[in-house]
Amino acid sequence: MLLRTAWRRVAAALPAAPGPRPEAPTRGLRLRVADHAPQSAVPSDTAIAPEMESVLRPLYMDVQATTPLDPRVLDAMLPYLVNYYGNPHSRTHAYGWESEAAMERARQQVASLIGADPREIIFTSGATESNNIAIKELEDAIQPDTSLVSIMSVNNEIGVKQPISEIGQICSSRKVYFHTDAAQAVGKIPLDVNDMKIDLMSISGHKIYGPKGVGAIYIRRRPRVRVEALQSGGGQERGMRSGTVPTPLVVGLGAACEVAQQEMEYDHKRISKLAERLIQKIMKSLPDVVMNGDPVHHYPGCINLSFAYVEGESLLMALKDVALSSGSACTSASLEPSYVLRAIGTDEDLAHSSIRFGIGRFTTEEEVDYTVEKCIYHVKRLREMSPLWEMVQDGIDLKSIKWSQH
Amino acid sequence: MAASSRARVLDLYRAMLRESKQFSAYNYRTYAIRKIRDAFRENKNVKDPVEIQTLVNKAKRNLEIIHRQVHIGQLYSTDKLIIENQEKPKT
Repeated sequence: MLLRTAWRRVAAALPAAPGPRPEAPTRGLRLRVADHAPQSAVPSDTAIAPEMESVLRPLYMDVQATTPLDPRVLDAMLPYLVNYYGNPHSRTHAYGWESEAAMERARQQVASLIGADPREIIFTSGATESNNIAIKELEDAIQPDTSLVSIMSVNNEIGVKQPISEIGQICSSRKVYFHTDAAQAVGKIPLDVNDMKIDLMSISGHKIYGPKGVGAIYIRRRPRVRVEALQSGGGQERGMRSGTVPTPLVVGLGAACEVAQQEMEYDHKRISKLAERLIQKIMKSLPDVVMNGDPVHHYPGCINLSFAYVEGESLLMALKDVALSSGSACTSASLEPSYVLRAIGTDEDLAHSSIRFGIGRFTTEEEVDYTVEKCIYHVKRLREMSPLWEMVQDGIDLKSIKWSQH
Repeated sequence: MAASSRARVLDLYRAMLRESKQFSAYNYRTYAIRKIRDAFRENKNVKDPVEIQTLVNKAKRNLEIIHRQVHIGQLYSTDKLIIENQEKPKT
């Protein structure tokens, strides 16, 4: 929260001067950094300080919050934003037909990634809407013995992988519906709705290098899972989700799924190596660092570390050159420690010191090394300033201290 | 026949790398260069001419995608990343 208000002030204070490339309109927040390397003078007619200042963007290490579009996805979408703009539900002309064909092709691409039939994929505005549809289903199931188990496949804060196959087995044998929010898992770990006996699955576009504002819900047909529509209207998407299907967005989602299927193994191998590198380098140089979450059943691209005796928010602010988060974006507005960390039994003070590092398809070794270097530097610096750290160094057991009330 | 197809593949490889170095976004640029090198290396021992042709066609399509996306990236380019000033530019 403090971080955001600081950024707003910086953004407001930036003079409307052209950047190093006068033709490109300046957008987005930039960091003002003292220049290390000699550069040509920045053309500007407002009076800036005489020392060379360049504006550089931070590294992006927050892929759990959202991912950049893969260029292949944007390439697939653009034709539908420029020329092929028909409504896919228009039955009477070529614009409608070509848009519908693209929508169905995308549906097949999504289905193929999770081992489903295309008729089982309904497009939505995102995983949140899909989750709501799945949960609403529970209320309208009527039979007293029907219930629903809903599990995240991969946790977005600590990266833990749930034993989906095992849970699916249990649910299927007890005739209980099984829903999983696979937003962080789809396209990253192999998922098969039949092998894992999944009845409902939520998919999010912008977590798999696809566009924001689109997702899908997988709804099993055999045996039939009945859902109630959240959104009523013209009866699109088999009546389960009315509203014009946004062809450019679903084409993007489909392309993202297809690319993910092709790249899954290559990405997983690379991300695992980078994750290993990050963890080893940090653990080697800093004591009292805890990795949150099961180390074995873990998706490598989501690393949540607690740095004892350092406040998470201070560390985040210090690491201003790197885009990081201390928990999930959905709860970042509040200052409460993560409910996930609390649930796994993390000590209150360690929960406040947690940082989440996200490694994705486009993360480079240089970015990991830079992040590690800055992290080590700032943790050491913040610990030097911490009286708690000093006491620990002197051998005092913090848990034995009786703090006085004021 | 083998010699010319080898030359063709190498030409394609060089063209793809040359185009990818033009990406203005650091992450796209590094990914494309890395992926092209890894993919060509992985397939270097493929002998079946039909398979070779399929891979060459796929590469040609990807070259076109890279070309378009490089162009778009340049139209909407923004500031460099903090890391780009320090490391040697990956060209």
